[in-house]
This record gives sequence, C-alpha cells and structure tokens, in this order.
Amino acid sequence: MLEYSEKVIEEFMNPKNMGKIEDADGIGKVGNPVCGDVMWIYIKVKDNRIVDIKFQTFGCVAAIATSSKVTQLVMGKTVEEALRITNKAVAEALDGLPPIKMHCSLLAEEGIKAAIEDYMKKQKHKKNKKGGKK
Amino acid sequence: MKEIYLDYNATTPVDPRVVEAMIPYLKEHFHNPSSVYSGAKETKKAIEEAREKIASLIGASPKEIIFTGGGSEADNHAIKGVAFAFQEKGKHIITSSIEHHAVLHACQFLEKIGFEVTYLPVDKYGIVHPHSLRKAIRDDTILVTIMMANNEIGTIEPIKELAEVTHEKNVLFHTDAVQAVGKIPVNVKELGVDLLSLSAHKFYGPKGVGALYIRRGVKIHPLIHGGGQERGRRAGTENVAGIVGAGKAAEIAMEEMEEEERKIRPLRDRLERELVKRIPEVIVNGHPEKRLYNTLNICVKYIEGEGMLALLDFYGISASSGSACTSGSLEPSHVLLAIGLPHEIAHGSLRFSFGKYNTDEDVDKVIEVLPGIVERLRAMSPFWREKHEH
Ligand SMILES: Cc1ncc(COP(=O)(O)O)c(C=O)c1O
Ligand code: FES
Repeated sequence: MLEYSEKVIEEFMNPKNMGKIEDADGIGKVGNPVCGDVMWIYIKVKDNRIVDIKFQTFGCVAAIATSSKVTQLVMGKTVEEALRITNKAVAEALDGLPPIKMHCSLLAEEGIKAAIEDYMKKQKHKKNKKGGKK
Repeated sequence: MKEIYLDYNATTPVDPRVVEAMIPYLKEHFHNPSSVYSGAKETKKAIEEAREKIASLIGASPKEIIFTGGGSEADNHAIKGVAFAFQEKGKHIITSSIEHHAVLHACQFLEKIGFEVTYLPVDKYGIVHPHSLRKAIRDDTILVTIMMANNEIGTIEPIKELAEVTHEKNVLFHTDAVQAVGKIPVNVKELGVDLLSLSAHKFYGPKGVGALYIRRGVKIHPLIHGGGQERGRRAGTENVAGIVGAGKAAEIAMEEMEEEERKIRPLRDRLERELVKRIPEVIVNGHPEKRLYNTLNICVKYIEGEGMLALLDFYGISASSGSACTSGSLEPSHVLLAIGLPHEIAHGSLRFSFGKYNTDEDVDKVIEVLPGIVERLRAMSPFWREKHEH
C-alpha cells in the first residue's frame, strides 16, 4: 500500500463531519477527472459564516482523509476565508500526501468552492425574488 | 497481531523445505557452476536436477527448460526472442487484453519499434474465444501469446484450443502460465504450446527465479547476451540457490498439488458464499467454473478498494485490489475494464487469493470484519446514500 502519514490514516479511520445536511444552504458536487472519484459537500451558512458542514466521498483513503480535514478547516470560517482554502493547505494539515495522491486533495478544495458558489447563487436568487415582490 | 495473508497470487511464502534445500548452495556449495574444479561439479549437478524437476512438473524434457530471473523475464524472453528471430517472416503478434504487464508492456515496446500487435477482447468472464483468435491471425503473424490463468480474476483460458487454432496457421504459441504452474496440472505436450513461462515465487519457491519452456526445435533469440550458460540461451552466472529452490518447490507442488486444492477450494468457496450473502450488491468476477480454485475477486459497489484494503489491513488481513487508487496509475485494472466493468465498479474491487497455509479461521475473520468495513465506507459514499435513501 502507499505510504501515508500517520495523520492521513488517523483521519481516514476517524473521519469527522461525514454525512448529509438535509436543508443545506449550499451543495458542492465535484468529481476528479483523473481517477473518477467524487465528493459532495453540504454547508449551512449563518451571518456569512459556515456553521455546519458535511461531506460524502466516493474515493480513496486520501480523498476521505482530505474531505474530513477540509470540513474541519473551514468550519466556523467566513465565506471569504473558506474560499481561500487550498488543496496544499489541506494536504499540509495532514503532514502531506504521497505525490501521486496530491490530486486527491483537489477534490477537497473544489468541493468547498463549489458548495460556496452554490450558496451564493441561491442567495442571489432569493434576493432577486424578494426584489421582484416589492 | 497475526497476519492473515490472502494475497498468494501476489507471492507466496517460501516453503520451509525449500529454504532447507537452498541453504547448502548459499554456504558450502558456492562454486560457479561453469568452473572446472571439482567443487563446481556439485553446483552444476544441482542445477541439472532442478531442471529435471521443473521439466517434469510441466511434462517437458529438461533440455527444453531454461532458467530465468523470474516470470517477467521469461515472458519478455519468449515475446522479444520470437519477435527478433522471426521479423523477416512477419511483424504481427497477437495477445489478449487481460495479460500481465510483463506481456502487455513487452508487446507495447515491440509496437514502438515497428511490430504490430492485436489485443484480443475477452468475454464478461475473461475468456479469450478461439474463433476471435482465428479471425485475427494473418499471414504475417509470428506469435500468439495468451495467459493460462489470469492473476486478478483467476479465469483459466482454453489454451489447448487456442494453441490448436494457432498451429493451423503455423504460428508459434506462448502461454504465460505463471499463475497456473504449481496450482493446477500443466502439461506442455497436452496443451500443445511452444513456449511457456513460469515463476517459482508463485508456488512457494524463491523470488527472482523462473523458467521458460522452449519446445525443442523452436527458433528463438536470447534476451540476455554474455557467457554460454543455459546452452547459450540465457547468459549470466546461474542463481544456483534460487534454481535449487525452484526445483524443490516444483517437486513439492507435484506431490501435494491435489491435496492443496482439496484444502483450498472449500475455503475460497465458503468466503465467496458468505460475502455474497452478507454484503448487498457484490459482484463476483471471473468465470464461475473455469477459475483458479484459490482466487476470489469481487467488486463491492459504491465504494473504493483502497479504503477497504486499509481497513482490512487494520485487522491484519492482507488482500489486494484492482482499484485505480492502489495501482499508482490512476486507471482501474485493465482486466476489470476488459471484462466490461464500468470504472466506478472496477474501483470497488477486492482480490483474495488463498494458499496452503490458510485456515478456516482466516475465512471466519474476513467474514466477521468485511461487512462492517463495507457498511462504514458506504455510509460515506454519496452513491450508496443516493440509492438507498430515496
Ligand atoms: C500472470 C503473471 N505473469 C507474470 C508475472 C511476473 O512474474 P515475476 O513476478 O516472477 O516476474 C506475474 C506475477 O506477478 C503474473 O501473475
Ligand atoms: S485516487 Fe481518486 S481521489 Fe484519490
């Protein structure tokens, strides 16, 4: 098997924030074109802060570990802060990934970004609707 | 924690009797078999005895066996050796799409230097059909190379029929029998093959030793040039201890093969039955009957192999997977794709391959832990949830 850091294995064995948010404010569904793996991220946002976040991942050990890690890194952050998260930061928080597994951490970065984009789109939509009623 | 080893198709532990047989050739009988003094006679004799044992395991005559540095070298020797010897006659080679990389990459190399290769498709069980081979043979075909048993799914190919079809057109036939030799009876004369590769570490011998059977009269170029060892067909001072070990392993396999099958097959069958019963949406790969009795390859839908392997490893269980994520290539196993599985299902593959040191308790342990592992990973999987929550 590949050489993973202890933190990666630990994260994989005990993933946090796994699951689904039924009334999510934003959902990010991303796929990894390199290997075909898939990650879904759900967020709840309140006063511009991420107050809840969950993931579902079909992927390798690294994909699951980075999913779990990224949800912890952005929990409680503002939307702007969360958008600045990079796959490198996620990998570093896990003491690195084997080179051929770096692409797996891209899912984590893209998943968060897609969820926030979805959230923003929905916000705009809501505003427009409100505006329309006036 | 005691390891539960279920990856015998990757390699086998060396039988203690093989180790015993090898030791004198690492110690007092260290002499170079090509030397003239009396000490060298013993090493030379030991090599010839090993050659007889390998030959008799596959029904060949000793002169038709050359020792190599493993199965990969034997495959490369057969393919490149025939290609170079027959390139005047033609430059077309036929193989299958489920061969080991030792064959596939050798063929791809030949393509780069001007040969043409046809990769025959297989059916959903992994079988290469003689009629598709017949259609592929051309006037300029010089070699057909098709494996006897597949390392991933265990499917056993109809080698006798394939060799017959090949010989109708006067073309040479090679089989990579690395996964078959030592597990099931293999007889080169009955099969009618011209060349056959085998590898000692797949049947309780040492790693880095194999053999190539070359039927008497077959023209072939050497792969390794140098001294005159192996009657000029494979240069290099012989791996004496390794060769002795291979011979001993062959002798043991001859005597104990049937008994091993009687012991191993029920273990594999029980694991298959129980996993299919206990885990929903599992697919068993390979041919239902024409399959190595020690191999179980399954696909667990909606999850990915590497995660399962990591969790199995946590319980001390060693298995393998054809998932992209474990291969280093990011593509799922070419074998699973060739039998028609979509990428996402091939991702969830697990291979358990049994051997003579496995017990009922080993099977119990896998049955005990795997369903939980699958449940845990499926709980994380968007696909599983999507399918089962709506
Ligand atoms: C079908 C097949 N061919 C060839 C090989 C290569 O043999 P070796 O490891 O001895 O080079 C293997 C083993 O990995 C195999 O399973
Ligand atoms: S290999 Fe696909 S996400 Fe890691």
